Order: sequence, then C-alpha cells, then structure tokens
Amino acid sequence: MSVDANTMLVIAGMAVATYLTRVAGLWLLQLANVEGRARSAMDALPPAVLMAVIAPTVLATGVAETLAAGITVLAAFRLPLLVSVVIGVASVVVLRALTG
Amino acid sequence: MGIRAQEFSAGAIAILPVLVATMPIALLFGALAVAKGLSPLEVWLMSATVYAGALQFVAIDQWADPAPLGLLVFTALVVNVRHVLMGASIGRSMAGFSGPARYAAMFVLTDEGWAFAERRVRSGNLTPAYYFGIGVSMWLSWTLFSLLGAIIGRGLGYPSTYGFNFAFSAVFICILVGFWSDWRTGAVLLASGGVSALVYLAVPGAWYILAGAFAGVGVAAILHAETGNQNPDGVMPS
Repeated sequence: MSVDANTMLVIAGMAVATYLTRVAGLWLLQLANVEGRARSAMDALPPAVLMAVIAPTVLATGVAETLAAGITVLAAFRLPLLVSVVIGVASVVVLRALTG
Repeated sequence: MGIRAQEFSAGAIAILPVLVATMPIALLFGALAVAKGLSPLEVWLMSATVYAGALQFVAIDQWADPAPLGLLVFTALVVNVRHVLMGASIGRSMAGFSGPARYAAMFVLTDEGWAFAERRVRSGNLTPAYYFGIGVSMWLSWTLFSLLGAIIGRGLGYPSTYGFNFAFSAVFICILVGFWSDWRTGAVLLASGGVSALVYLAVPGAWYILAGAFAGVGVAAILHAETGNQNPDGVMPS
C-alpha cells in the first residue's frame, strides 16, 4: 500500500476544513443569545435543516420520489421507523419502474 | 449491563437501518476512489479523517493527479457548511457532555447521526453514551466498508445503489414527522422545502441546504413575533 505526499496533504486539508464546519456550530452557540425570537428560530432549526436536505429528492427529482415521499409520511405517522423506511424504499422502486 | 453500556447499545441499534443503507454506498466510494488512483490505505485515511460521505464523492469526482488542494479544501467548506447548523442545533442539547466529549462528538457528526440524536432529544435525554453509540458505529461501518470497497475495487464493477439513495430521504422523512407540533411546523417546512428545492434547481453546488434552512428558521422567527403578546416568556408552544 502506498501513500502519496500530495494526496496526504489534500486529505489532511479536507479533514481540517470539514472538522471546522463541524465545530463552528458549537462556537456559534456560545455567541448566540438564545432568548425570545432567537429561541423560536433555533427551535425550528432541526426540522428546517432536515426538510432542506431532502427537498431536492422529494420535490425536484421525479414523480416516483415525490409519491414515495408522501407514502413514507403516511407510514411514519403510524408505523415504526424501520418499517416506514422499508415501505418508502419499496414504493420508490415500484414507482420508478412504473413511471420510469 | 451498566447504564452507559445500555445507552451506547441503544444508540447503535437505533442507527442500524442507516448502517445497512450506507454499506453499499461506502463500498461504491472505495471502488470509485481506487479507480481514480488512490491506494486502499489512502481511501481508508480519507474515510477515517474527513468522514463526510457527500464531500468524499464530490472530491473523488474532481480528483486528478496531482489532486488540486485549494479547490478541494474550498469544496469541503461549501459542501459541509450545513454541519454548522446541525452542530449549533444539537450543541444546545449537550449540557451533559464534557468539553472534550463535545469536540469528539462533533468529529463524528453526520446528517443521519445528527437526525437520530435530535430525535432522541425530542423523546428523552440525549446522553453522551447514546450519541457515541450512534457515532462510533457509523464511523466504524463507513471506514470498514469503504476500505473493503477499495480492496475488492474493480472486481465489484459499478454496484447499483438503486433504491438505497432513497433510504436516506425515507429515514429523514420519518424523523421529520416526529418534529410535527402544529401549523407553525407546517409553515416552517413549507418555507424550508420550497426555498431549498428552488435554490437546488437554480444554483449549482450545495447552497440549497443553507438557503432552505434559513428560510424555515426565518419563518419561525416571524411567527414568534406575531404570537409574542400571548407568549411574554418567549417560548414557542410545542
């Protein structure tokens, strides 16, 4: 197994940059005043980020993905997570075959 | 079993479906990276230290000999800037973590691990053991299977990720459903999802997550102002 010097440097650079994005949130937290309106905004952060991450797949990829996302939502209101995920994946495979 | 061991296994078991969905993706990453000229040891080092799936695929796509340092470091910042939001959010629930534990926790922060940790915050108490049960098993799985993909390499061909890519969206949808509280959640999701999808279609790169998140958070702040008189203590009902 070989390790190239430039490759090592690039991997180290990407590792440091990535870790900086991960700890920056902690530092930001110490600056932020989490009362009142800022508190409401921070409380909305987890669902807002989750939604923003999946929106391109759910809304802008294809009919199959959008429909499968709807089926997953319905499943998730009643069923355990793992079952809902299996239903979601199965429906996207079937719907892709039907609409593709 | 001690309480810590129990919490650790609870985290590892909760994240198991994600590990299953990640395995073929890690194998694929290893195989693609080797095809671009990296050695299996270099593949393992990248997975172990960078440890960011989306970035690693983008980096391998842009890989050349010699690899462009400035471009890839800049790409790492852009692709991973969503971690700033996730870290700031989960950091609020880490009162029980020591200082060093927080910094270690941020090293293993991933989209899926973060989502499961936030889910635990909603339903109970996020302990360090539970968090690292998620984080350590995800790190082990990602590093092990990307190394394996690098070793089997070309023999693997181009494994199909058919259906697997949607598994992550499905996991996120399930966790999202758990965050539903009232119509305000709907307004936040509408703003976040709509802006994210539009920016995704209009702007190249990974800016859509930031744009969507800020739209959602902005709506939450505006709705708070409207109900401010009924809520003088400033806590949004949930």
